[in-house]
Amino acid sequence: MSDAVTNLEELKKLAPPVELQRAPVIEGNKGLGWLTDKLSVFAEGKTPLWWWILFLPAAFSATVIFPVCLFYQVFTGVGVWGNNHPVMWGLDIVNFIWWVGVAHAGTLISALLFLTKQHWRTTIGRMAEAMTVFSVMMAGLYPAIHVGRAWFDWFMFPIPNSNGLWPQFKSPLMWDVFAVNTYLVVSSLFWFMGMIPDFGVFRDRATTRVRKAIFSILAMGWTGSARQWHHYEKAYVVLCGLCTLLVFTVSSIVGLDFCTSQIAGWHATIFPLYFVIGAVFCGFGMMMVLLVPLRKWCGLENVITLSHMDKVAKLALVAGLVIDYIYAMEFFIAWYSGDTYERWVFGHRLFGHTYLYLGWTLIGINVCVTQLLWFKKIRSSMKALFIIGLLINIGMWCERFVIVVGSLYQEFLPANWGKYMPTIWDIGLYIGTLGAFFMLYLLFVKFLPVIAIQEVKGVMPEGDPHHPLGGAKKGGQS
Amino acid sequence: MSKNEAPKIYGLMAEFNTPGDLLRAAEKVRAEGYNRWDVFTPFPIHGMDKLMGLKNSLVGWVALAGGAFMFLNIAGLIWFANAFDYPLMVGGKPMFSAPMTFVPSYIMLIMGGALGALIGMLGINQLPRLHHPLLAKKRFALASRDKFIMVIGAEDEKFCATETKQLLESLGGANVDIVEEIA
Repeated sequence: MSDAVTNLEELKKLAPPVELQRAPVIEGNKGLGWLTDKLSVFAEGKTPLWWWILFLPAAFSATVIFPVCLFYQVFTGVGVWGNNHPVMWGLDIVNFIWWVGVAHAGTLISALLFLTKQHWRTTIGRMAEAMTVFSVMMAGLYPAIHVGRAWFDWFMFPIPNSNGLWPQFKSPLMWDVFAVNTYLVVSSLFWFMGMIPDFGVFRDRATTRVRKAIFSILAMGWTGSARQWHHYEKAYVVLCGLCTLLVFTVSSIVGLDFCTSQIAGWHATIFPLYFVIGAVFCGFGMMMVLLVPLRKWCGLENVITLSHMDKVAKLALVAGLVIDYIYAMEFFIAWYSGDTYERWVFGHRLFGHTYLYLGWTLIGINVCVTQLLWFKKIRSSMKALFIIGLLINIGMWCERFVIVVGSLYQEFLPANWGKYMPTIWDIGLYIGTLGAFFMLYLLFVKFLPVIAIQEVKGVMPEGDPHHPLGGAKKGGQS
Repeated sequence: MSKNEAPKIYGLMAEFNTPGDLLRAAEKVRAEGYNRWDVFTPFPIHGMDKLMGLKNSLVGWVALAGGAFMFLNIAGLIWFANAFDYPLMVGGKPMFSAPMTFVPSYIMLIMGGALGALIGMLGINQLPRLHHPLLAKKRFALASRDKFIMVIGAEDEKFCATETKQLLESLGGANVDIVEEIA
């Protein structure tokens, strides 16, 4: 160790000036052993009070409110929701798109930023993947019960049956079934594969027999040999590439559900892109909401540094600016098309009745509040980021509502006009899914490796065999 | 260290403190003519696969095979379901055409590729396995922490419990120890 320190001093002389240096991935680094302790101690230690305070309401919501609303709806029918002619897609679809959206930023952070070799992603990648997996679970539930007769869901899968019927593959709604299921499976695999070496770390650190047994099974005999790493890295790159494709595919297909219809306000080619960017924007909001408290309470402030939060905020700003551009384009095209119905729908989003508050909320948040992220002072204030993240989620939820309901409630014929108000069961189910999401997330934070230990080690100076701390100059060059 | 009635030897393990040390030791071990050896590290070490002469991993091909298999299967299924077994006319569109087939097939290509990558990785690495001789060694647990461990297998033609041990020690390996084969 002493050699390494003297080498570090030598290195400092050769290093570029301070303002040109990159922020270290981990602050206050004290070596690989320290890092291993730091990253696994939360899952091994005593459960803190804050965890219980958050977990109990989430668990109540997930295990009481959620099943009650779910079973009542399934046993009674879709009528318990506010959905009725002409608004047949209500909160169920709004929440479906919203949850899929939350998922997307997770995959973007973990997969796309891996392919572009952003080292800072190693610290938040695992948390982002977990967010993806759990929110896709919540998203997938909605279409399954939205069909009304959930026990016929298997009709959506190409299974030979006694009716001699097959799914109709020309419909994007059918593609959605494949897209969401694939997203769930692939993001879970990606999440699990990333954790295998870290399960090995937990297994090797285990002090009790039960822990040892559980993590031995999960690690599946991982030893970390060079041959294993060789194949592992290849598989990881392949999975990252495939997951990146999914970021751009799943929400595009959800967008296609809308734009292939004839409804004014939906029938636009911009929709697939619109939904992808909106999804990513919303997901970055959720990422901020999750990261700000967790980095503090789990003692990870040196790991998920201010510089990482700054980068997340910048990405959110970029996504927000693209969204703003799309809003402008949408309104412009509605006006420029000269289509009476298009103009009517878009005019009513902001100057109509019933839903104009939601329209202005989304403009206020997604267009105005997002601009605060230009300022470094805001980006380095964790409280501000938390609040902005929360607001982005609300803004995007309003946007989904305005798109879905705002286009349906006044369509072509005035005879078809109506209003939609969510009922208590709509709202209860949403609260239930939020509870289930946070319950799963808190369980993940407490019991699984929340930071990709091996990935973080790999980007440390100690991890590079040609860096002085990695040992190359120590008697090398034989 | 004489080992007569003792259990069969799996190999010799030695610890190194930095990836650089390990890389240099690996170079020497390779130059000595050993070919049944492996290193165990907390994270992948760049340059090690080249040094060990590992060829491009087959995992990519397994993933490609999985993806292609799924793609063709779903495309075939769509043809069978919507054009052959129960021809379904929707909006005057052709019974079977690329735009309707591509999206679901492509989505399932991703599924097949991902399954192929994971299963391929586990299969080629011969995982899951319940036990490994190295996992019985107490100090081996440090290989997932901050030590870089090299193991020279007893199967190697050049392996000799004493000479190999001397070699590992001369390379700077600490705590050189014999790993027993599990019965």
